[in-house]
Parts: sequence; C-alpha cells; structure tokens
Amino acid sequence: MSDREAIFKDIRAALAPLEGKQTPYPEWADELVVTENHPAGLDKRVDRFKYRLEAVHGTFVQGMPALRDWLKAEGLTKGYIDPTLKEQFAADLEGLELETELDRSRIDDYTFGITRGTGGIAETGTIILTDRKTSSRLGALAPWVHVALIKEDEIYPDVPAAVAAFDDDPSIVFVTGPSKTADVEGILIEGVHGPGKQLCCLI
Amino acid sequence: MSVQLIDKFAKDLSPEVAQSVHSGSKVKTEKRYAILGSDYPDPDKLRKTAGLVKQHTLEHLDTYLEEAEASLKRNGAQVYFAKDGDTANQVILDIMRQNNARKMVKSKSMVSEETELVPFLEKNGMEAIETDLGEFILQIDGDHPSHIVTPIVHKNRRQIAASFEREGLGDYNDDPQTITQRARVHLRKKYLEADVGLTGANFVVAESGRIALVTNEGNARFSMAAPKIHIAIVGIEKLIPKDRDLALFMSLLGRSATGQQLTVYTQFIGGPHALNQPDGPEQMHVIFLDNRRTEVLASDCREILRCIRCGACLNVCPVYRQASGHAYRSVYPGPVGAVLSPLLHGKNFPEYADLPKASSLCGACNEVCPVNIPIPDLLLRLRNKAKKEGAKKASVNTPGFKMWSYLATQPAAWKTAMKLGHAMNLTPHALLNAAPAAKAWQSSRTLPTFKGGSFRKWMKQRSAKKS
Ligand code: SF4
Repeated sequence: MSDREAIFKDIRAALAPLEGKQTPYPEWADELVVTENHPAGLDKRVDRFKYRLEAVHGTFVQGMPALRDWLKAEGLTKGYIDPTLKEQFAADLEGLELETELDRSRIDDYTFGITRGTGGIAETGTIILTDRKTSSRLGALAPWVHVALIKEDEIYPDVPAAVAAFDDDPSIVFVTGPSKTADVEGILIEGVHGPGKQLCCLI
Repeated sequence: MSVQLIDKFAKDLSPEVAQSVHSGSKVKTEKRYAILGSDYPDPDKLRKTAGLVKQHTLEHLDTYLEEAEASLKRNGAQVYFAKDGDTANQVILDIMRQNNARKMVKSKSMVSEETELVPFLEKNGMEAIETDLGEFILQIDGDHPSHIVTPIVHKNRRQIAASFEREGLGDYNDDPQTITQRARVHLRKKYLEADVGLTGANFVVAESGRIALVTNEGNARFSMAAPKIHIAIVGIEKLIPKDRDLALFMSLLGRSATGQQLTVYTQFIGGPHALNQPDGPEQMHVIFLDNRRTEVLASDCREILRCIRCGACLNVCPVYRQASGHAYRSVYPGPVGAVLSPLLHGKNFPEYADLPKASSLCGACNEVCPVNIPIPDLLLRLRNKAKKEGAKKASVNTPGFKMWSYLATQPAAWKTAMKLGHAMNLTPHALLNAAPAAKAWQSSRTLPTFKGGSFRKWMKQRSAKKS
C-alpha cells in the first residue's frame, strides 16, 4: 500500500464512527472578523489605511515627487525600480540612480526597491503584493527600503474584501509593516531579512 | 521518574530565564487580551466559529485532503504523502538529489522539528540552514526551541552574543540591533546560494490549493525569492475549506500569537512563480505528513488537531511559566504539547504520560485558544488513557488511593500552579475538574522511565553541560 493509500485508509477508519454526526460548517458573516476600531473622523478609506499603516511603523507618501524628496532626505540615491515604473515616472525621479535589473551579486548596493503594489487594506494598513505586478520578488524584499506604489481606488476596506478579490496569482503577499523580530529578549528590532522601512506611495 | 522531570527543569531554570519566560508570557498574554477586546465586540464568537470550521474540516478530512491534493496539482505543485517522519525526510532528500541540490534555507517549521529533518539532511551531506533568527541561534547552539512562536525565549542577549562570537559572526556585541544586523548579513548570503527553500504551512486551502504562511521577519519570503525550488512540509491537519476562511484564521492568528492585527508577512502561495517573474521557485513540492495524526484523529482527543500553533496557551499557562518549554521534552511544549506530544509518540506514550498531569486544569488555555480547544478536557481523557495503558506496569506497586500518594506524585510545578491559578483569578471550577483526575493518577503512579529518542540525548548533553 502506498503512503497515500495508507493515510486515506486511516483517515476513513478514524472518521467512520462519526458518520452522520459530523460537525456542520458554521456559516459566518464577514462582519464577524472585521474591526471598526479606529479613531473617529477617519471616514475615508485612504485615511484609515494611512492611520493603520503608520500604526505598524509603515510610512505613507502621497505622490512621486514626495517620494523622491523622502528618499533624498534619507540620503538614499541608488536603488532598484520596476522598468515600467521608471519609464512612467522618469521626470519625477530625476537625480536618483535607478537600475531596472537586480544583480544578485550586488544585492546590498540597492538601498531601496520600488515596485508596483496590487492594493491595500484599510482595516490593517496592509500593502498587497502579487507576482504578476511585482517586477522582482527580490527587488521588493532585499533592499533596506521598499516602496510599493498603489492607487487610492485599489485599497480594500478590510481583510475579507481583500481575500474575496484573490485571483489565481501564484504569490499574493500581505505586507503589514516593516520586517521585524522580537526574538532577542522580546525587544522589537526592525529589518531582519526584509525591509527595515516599508513605504506605500499613492500614485 | 519522569513526573519529576518537569520539576527538575523548573528548578534548574536560572532565575534569569525564569524571569524572561514569565515576563515574556505575561506581556504576550496581555497584548492578546487587549487587541481582541478592543477590536471585537465578541471575540469569543470568533474563536468558537474558527473552532467549528476546523472541527468540521477534520471530520471531513478525507474529502478536504483529496480536494487540496487536486487543487495543488492544478496549481503546478507536486504532491507527496508521508506516513511518518522518516519517509517525509527521504522524500525531501530525493527531491534534492534529483535536482543536484545541496543547499537548503529553511523557514520555521514545527513539523520539520518533528521529523528531525535538519540532522537527517546534514547526515546525508546536505546543508540546511535555519533562517528564522531564533531558530538560527538554536541551530548554531545545538539547542531546541522552547516555545512555538518565540523559540529562544529561554536565552538572553549575552548568551547569543557569545554564540555569535564563537561562530565568527563578529566580536562580542550583545546589542539586539547588532545581533539582528549580523544575522541579516550572514543569512542573506545563504539565501542567495541556496538551491531549495523549505517552509511549513500555517494553512492549506482545499478549494484553491493556496498555502498560507506567516512570518514577521520575512524569512519565508526570502526562501521563496532566491532559491529555485520550494518544498513545503505540512501536517495533514492544516487544511481549511475555502479561501474565505483565511480571513477568519488570519484575524485570529496574529492577534493570539503576538497581539498583532496581522503578522507582518502573510503569503498565499499558489504554485511556482508567475511567468513574468524573474525570481522565485520554478518547482513547488508539497509533502503531507501523517506521523500519527490519523491516530489522534481516531482518538477521543481529535480536537487537538485544530491547533493553529499560536502559542497563546503556553503564554497563559502557570505551569509553562514556571517550567519553560524544555520541561515538556518534546517538539510541542505547554498545554498543547501536554496533549499532542504523548499522542504523537504512539507506543512511547508512557514516556510522556506525565505531561497531561502537569496542568492545574485552571482552564486558561481553553479560554485563550483561538480555535477553542477544550484542552483541560483532553488532558483528563489522556490521564485516563495513561491509567489504562499503564495499568499492567503500574498495578504491581500501586497502593490504594490515599491523599498522600496523590499529592506525592504531583509535579511540584502543578502545586504551585494551583496557587498561581487562584492568584490569577482563573476559572473557579479548577478543583472540581481536578477531582476525577486524582483517581486516574493513583493507578499510574509508577512512572515510566524516559528512554530513547534524540531529545533524550540532547537532554543528557544539556545536563552534562550544566554540571
Ligand atoms: S492549542 Fe490553541 S492556544 Fe494552544 S497553540 Fe494551539 S491554537 Fe494556540
């Protein structure tokens, strides 16, 4: 008997005594898991998104010129960018040294990575990345700073809505703040394997 | 006698470790409580619903597992089944050999701890590097995790700094920022050199074949961005029916584990990388592991298979807080481990039969559990099992039930826990629950000796190092 057959045989034997008495699937409404816990006055989705993003130590930037200024103020001039975005925003990103192909042998040369995000989640301040829209998984992960560009109307209100919009993309990633750990004595440190700074720039 | 092992561990804990386990647990418990309370009017309803979804899935596991297998294949993944840990390890080794792969980066996976994958691969000439910061530190120290979510809660920064110095990762420096930075630099090289990225899975969706994986550090993302082969090793109990259910479980997992709305990175993997994507795996392999889970499914403790490994029951447990995770001498510590470990050890059940007794049955673990597992009830059922299975061996010298013998065989940790339990103002029916257990106790009071297993070898080394 193959391991597969053995496992299925054992599962069926284990479940046989429950025949007819199995627990039914409990229907539940999206509202059950959605939180409305945010300060009053944040009526717009994008405002709630910004509030939550900042609460998880993410950085919210409005528009490409603001992004360029932010990068320059941080002293970051050399980075990776999605080739399509480079073309699209060439004028806005002047003065930055941008590479559109990520050379793995120089992975630490890229101080930032700019890629296209797929959306956001207002409820949690989450940025959604997908394989089809991300030009390079490494470009969105390895540099100290990652910037995801999204449009305001790509922000979902909550987690159930974002999950309901899943397509057949092979890699959907929810990013909720910068990479972090509290493994050493419970002390919060940001930037373990992924970005130490996570930005979302609205375009 | 193994009953005293848990006390021995509690007693051996340095005051520092005891302090950090206790305060770490307390902080996590408070955070969990605060966020669930402020985010939801009725968090209990969430827990109960999630518990029912899992119970439903387990009670239809054959259907959902078949569905998941078909979905994964449709997504372009190769699917394997392994009855035990050795088979799973062999499958992984074979995949590596077939691809001329020699180097693996590994994300945190409790299942791979169960199968002892890393030593197996190393013995067969492969390199397998743990990438979760805590697990990496354990690996260079030859140590074992003591908590499901925060594996090195038993270590302090000075010990870690000394280990880093020993391993040539830099001069002694115990600043957590520096420690993390050094690990970042070191492991980055490992990701880029690796042929294989190995992960576990937090959930597998039957309907879509999507694997959900959560990490805060981003190591699972890196393991799936640099290497060309992705292998996921998954317990057969990890299934959930639909994508939609992910919203329910994600909402509970981060909040219960670390008090976060969502863990930083939640990945939903549905196959090898997209065509336009230059990075990421070209192959995806998924191994479903039984390793006695079907036995647990057949038992009257099947509810424990709902567990989503959030660690909340450890954090809240007065016995765990005193004894720390290694006292449970198994991959899964704390209340969940007290149920799961004896069951996963099958014939060796008696070696772990003391674990179900190391509980004050205060009920706190059940109250915090995001899938509402009635852990105290399961502990009682296991005590009965211990009584039945240990009957022959135990009957020789078993005196009649006397209060003194009942007390004499309790782990001291248990006794202190009772007091703590009251101090913590936990469920008042603890004593009621404990009464029938006393009966179960008395006939299995001759306790089995701990024998075999690499955990034992490790413990020996551990004691040798200490003395
Ligand atoms: S038993 Fe419940 S509380 Fe404990 S780790 Fe599992 S899911 Fe979390």
